Amino acid sequence: MRNLTRFGAAFVVATSVYGAAGVALAADPIKIGSILSVTGPASFLGEPEKKTLEMYVERINKDGGVQGRKVELVVYDDGGAGEKATTFTKRLIESDKVDILIGGTTTGTTMAAVPLAERGQTPFISLAGGVNIVEPVKKWVFKTPHTDRMAAEKVFSDMKKKGLTKIALISEDAGFGKSGHDQSLAVAKNFGIEIVADEVYSPKDPDVTAQLTKIKNAAGVQAVFNFGFGQGPAIVTKNFKQLGMSVPLYQSHGVASKDYIKLAGDASEGVRLPASGLVVPDQLGATDPQKPVVTAFKKDYETAFKSDVSTFAGHAYDGLQIALAAVLRAGSTDKAKVRDEIEKTSGYVGTGGLVSMSATDHMGLSPSAFHMVEIRKGDWLLSD
Amino acid sequence: MFAAFLQYLFSGLTSGAIYALAGLGFAIIYNSSHVINFAQGEFIMIGGMATATMVAAGLPLPLAIALSMLASMMVGVALEKFAIEPARNSDVVTIIIITIGASIFLRGAAQILWDKEFHSLPAFSGETPIGVFGATLMPQSLWVFGVSGAVIVALWWFFNRTMFGKAMLGTSHNRLAAQLVGVGVKKVLLASFALSALLGAVGGVVVTPITFTNYEAGIMLGLKGFSAAVLGGLGNGGGAIVGGLIVGIAEALASGYLSSAYKDAIAFIIILFVLFFMPNGLFGKRGTDRV
Repeated sequence: MRNLTRFGAAFVVATSVYGAAGVALAADPIKIGSILSVTGPASFLGEPEKKTLEMYVERINKDGGVQGRKVELVVYDDGGAGEKATTFTKRLIESDKVDILIGGTTTGTTMAAVPLAERGQTPFISLAGGVNIVEPVKKWVFKTPHTDRMAAEKVFSDMKKKGLTKIALISEDAGFGKSGHDQSLAVAKNFGIEIVADEVYSPKDPDVTAQLTKIKNAAGVQAVFNFGFGQGPAIVTKNFKQLGMSVPLYQSHGVASKDYIKLAGDASEGVRLPASGLVVPDQLGATDPQKPVVTAFKKDYETAFKSDVSTFAGHAYDGLQIALAAVLRAGSTDKAKVRDEIEKTSGYVGTGGLVSMSATDHMGLSPSAFHMVEIRKGDWLLSD
Repeated sequence: MFAAFLQYLFSGLTSGAIYALAGLGFAIIYNSSHVINFAQGEFIMIGGMATATMVAAGLPLPLAIALSMLASMMVGVALEKFAIEPARNSDVVTIIIITIGASIFLRGAAQILWDKEFHSLPAFSGETPIGVFGATLMPQSLWVFGVSGAVIVALWWFFNRTMFGKAMLGTSHNRLAAQLVGVGVKKVLLASFALSALLGAVGGVVVTPITFTNYEAGIMLGLKGFSAAVLGGLGNGGGAIVGGLIVGIAEALASGYLSSAYKDAIAFIIILFVLFFMPNGLFGKRGTDRV
């Protein structure tokens, strides 16, 4: 509620200021509409996204805006619910008349908003992971984060390099974990990997030693791969250590935040996972084009909010940069022109990696956008 | 083979003891008012979150536990005073619906007061697993068993050996009669909320090192605790413990010997099956209603 009132007040002040400025400059603001899951189960993704968008919009306006036009941000909280995402997207397009949509914290809320963006012919940049957002390609829809399929591919190629071919999969039987599980099964054979045990757990289970014991007793398991986010992977990691299992443990990009290490404690030592360069800015090579971008973003975020930067905040940053760069190139906020320019995004260096989109690829990240990291003494160690 | 069975059993006992501890809280309020308090899970959450925040801020664990128990009790009292008492002449069903509203309110308040991240507490007796015949158990699970046992003994003593406890039971059986023999009915309801909030906080503190906690943690604990309480017979403390252990062990054995994809379904089938033949739960007293 406090946040809401503060935002409301800021919004009133902002509109009145821009209203006055509008008369003087006769330039309409660039309106960006955003639906985010600031509350609800995905709030730990949605909140950093909202904070990031607000921080950078304020900064851009202080620096004079884009082509002399201010940027105006309208954020609605969908609470993680698809039907609210639909309502708010409709409101953004029809009554707020926004030029670009950024948002959709989860794959569910994004997919709920997609038909409206398509019908309303409004460029839409999603911040969610599911591969079905951009496959098949939808004319007006783009996304910034890596897909779960890319994460699975990265993990499997690392296993292959180490000669691990028989693995066990343990995944959360909801949302992110479920989709990751399906993608893992689909791509495993491309890497010559055989999944010999396949176990699931519910997102809030207090103990998964039963599932892990079954994996431990399955014949020939050479590595374990866990797909999930929230507290589940931390419980898996702790139980894994409790059972004294000695095969390598892999996690997905869903746990690429310091919170996971904090929760799992010592048990996280040696866990390997795919992550974007954002979690290891200091360890990237001096010539890595991502290094200056992620270093600056991490510093901005952490000084402004006094909390560890998360990759989710980075997705919002990338979405905003891609959108505004497209407006700049288009020279207007004409929706069709902006859409074409977003699709022409090429060589953009973001927190997630290098982005080069095309008519057939509305995400534009290559597998090299992921780095393999290992947890050593409670910190990330770049290891590829 | 035996080691695997034992490990499934330990896994089930760990989850089961957590469900049982959550289920116990339902018994107290049900005993004194026949109300099912759906905000019970939130008391557990408040206990865990408050302790985790205070420990993170540098307070010693025992002090943090005591303070969060106090805080949780105050929330329980406030809930009774401001939400339940004004509606005391309404139906039991109305009051149950009020507690659902209260649980949503408490979750929202926790989201603003604290944050949306997960928090943990260090295990009380270290993190070295105890090995038994090739299976392992964490020392924190023993804490959960011990605390559940202590709570059940304390509750038995309170309801059977103290005047106030007996007054609470009496109120649940016949409110008017209890009032006529001089029981302060209002005070009884207030005390039952304070007591169950206190119990919830204790539960939250001992389970947090295993399950972690966040503002939403009460939903799952409340739901599983409620299943445990219903299975054991509402209002029966021992029943809640047995019910919790049955649900936990059924889940673990199902994921060990059948498939982890069906473990929740199997636990619910057992609950439905038991309630079909014993509508009052395993240890519940047969209720009679005047029609």
